[in-house]
Amino acid sequence: MNIFKALLVLLFSVTLLTGCPSTPSKDDTTGGEGGAGAKGSGDAAQIEGQGADISGGVSSMSLEDPASPLSKRVIYFDYNSYALSDEGRALVELHAQYLSAHPESKLVLEGHTDERGSREYNIALGERRAGAVQKIIQLLGVDAAQLQAISFGEERPVDPGHVEDAWQVNRRVELLYTEHR
Amino acid sequence: MKQIWVLLTCIVWLWSSSARAVLTIEITEGIDGALPIAVLPFDWQGEAGVPEDIAAIVAADLQRSGRFAPLARAQLEQPKNQLDFGFWKSRGIDHLLVGKMLPAAQGQYKVQFQLFDVVKGEQLAGYSMGAEDKHLRKLAHRISDIVFETLLGVPGAFDTKIAYVTATEEKKQRTYKLAVADADGMNEQIILSSRQPLMSPAWSPDGKRLAYVSFENQRPQVFVQTISSGKREMVAANAGLNNAPVWSPDGTRLALTLSRDGNAEIYVLNLASKRQYRITRHYAIDTEATWSPDGKQLVFTSDRGGRPQLYQISLDSVGRRVSSPKRLSFEGSYNSRAVYSADGSRLAFVHGKEGRFTIAVMDLKRRSMLVVADTRLGESPSFAPNGMMVIYAAEKGGKGVLEAVSVEGRARQRLGLQSGDVREPAWSPYLSKR
Repeated sequence: MNIFKALLVLLFSVTLLTGCPSTPSKDDTTGGEGGAGAKGSGDAAQIEGQGADISGGVSSMSLEDPASPLSKRVIYFDYNSYALSDEGRALVELHAQYLSAHPESKLVLEGHTDERGSREYNIALGERRAGAVQKIIQLLGVDAAQLQAISFGEERPVDPGHVEDAWQVNRRVELLYTEHR
Repeated sequence: MKQIWVLLTCIVWLWSSSARAVLTIEITEGIDGALPIAVLPFDWQGEAGVPEDIAAIVAADLQRSGRFAPLARAQLEQPKNQLDFGFWKSRGIDHLLVGKMLPAAQGQYKVQFQLFDVVKGEQLAGYSMGAEDKHLRKLAHRISDIVFETLLGVPGAFDTKIAYVTATEEKKQRTYKLAVADADGMNEQIILSSRQPLMSPAWSPDGKRLAYVSFENQRPQVFVQTISSGKREMVAANAGLNNAPVWSPDGTRLALTLSRDGNAEIYVLNLASKRQYRITRHYAIDTEATWSPDGKQLVFTSDRGGRPQLYQISLDSVGRRVSSPKRLSFEGSYNSRAVYSADGSRLAFVHGKEGRFTIAVMDLKRRSMLVVADTRLGESPSFAPNGMMVIYAAEKGGKGVLEAVSVEGRARQRLGLQSGDVREPAWSPYLSKR
């Protein structure tokens, strides 16, 4: 069991590393994607440990409880990146545990981007974001049949503004439970 | 060279045939060295009121192109004899357009016009044309095309259309519409209305059909719709992305983006057999293809180098890939969504640099790039079929608007909605035989 866990963590880290776009350029926003990915390996192990401690808790948590950590359903991203932050990864892991414990539950992963750049590229980028979250959830043992990824690109902003404050909340993957108890 | 930016404050409110306000046009920048021309009101000899002010439509067309400076109607003081060339010459006018309109059969009109070189005192063009009343605006645009071509040696693109997407709030619900209008923003026709996003309209080479992306089934799928009949067909509905359709020059195939094999790649779809041929193979994002007019190249966006850039790939006569992708864009951190000009000599694309997303044009032979619109959030450029202007989407006052700019970046006009966003303009090919 422990070996299996360690293998999972390793796989998980490798995916994060290879899943990251390379060569962040100077003249764009902060948060180089390469950096975020590199950080991933160590943190993933840590989160895995934490996850083991609370997994029993997660499976008994209710999706409807606003006080539950599962009530958080949005993962945010850096500009033009589909690498998860530590916080985002921890949240995804929590939902993965819930999904594992509730095989009847189904989750739609909606990828979104900010409005900058071209619309069709953003559709593909949103798909990458949803796909990155989906990959982690599946690596943690959730049945692919429970998951569905879709990208809306920049078509459905949460905040219609044209400034960084708006863009920040628009770069996201939303976790939408479609079937659950 | 000294460039004077003439700021024209004329704002024209345009009304569709159903008298509903649709697009508004604002000419924001004129051009230095525009040709002075007088377009006299066409003589009307019918009994009822004049059915259409042909001269006003022609003058507005010529003005929007940035190449002409038509004398304003209010300043149009006329001599006793319209063809008193000395009079026009003394007012700095080089060219003169006069015409008349006569009622013909029921609902039909005959329109005659003549274009004169005032300086030489000679006629350059003279035509007689007929049209039904509902086609009088189109006839006026054809006159503008003739004036443009006669005086500049380049075909005009006034008798053309634009397709675009609007997003508005209706009864507190987001509503997306796919629309087609005349190139001057008039005669808007709604092709499709949906609560789910509509994207990426693309004209068939014959100007009769549009390919586009609709999320009406809760995921992106590609449809082809005949504009006149409204008949539509779903042509791509794989798992994952079905996006970014563009037509092959012969109209038998679409290049599009699918992620059915796990990741966004360019495919060619044969519209008759519905077979899909994969073109790109890379774990990075490959999307936004544009097909060269000779059918031999595709240019697309890929982030295989870490950032979105433009790449070119060669195809054989049946649309199979025969070369590995070659990178085309090297300036700036973000170059995407390229579109070929109709003669294949240039690309227009989104050029991101230092946080701005501008519209740029690349000369493919010289590999030189020019920013034609220094927009902050520019998107979706599209060439006029004569290659003289580029229409694109931008943001103005918090709203999505369309702007058109001459290819050297000098004359500019803006089309906007009174409320809501308008975006993703696609300029039609030539629609009438030439």
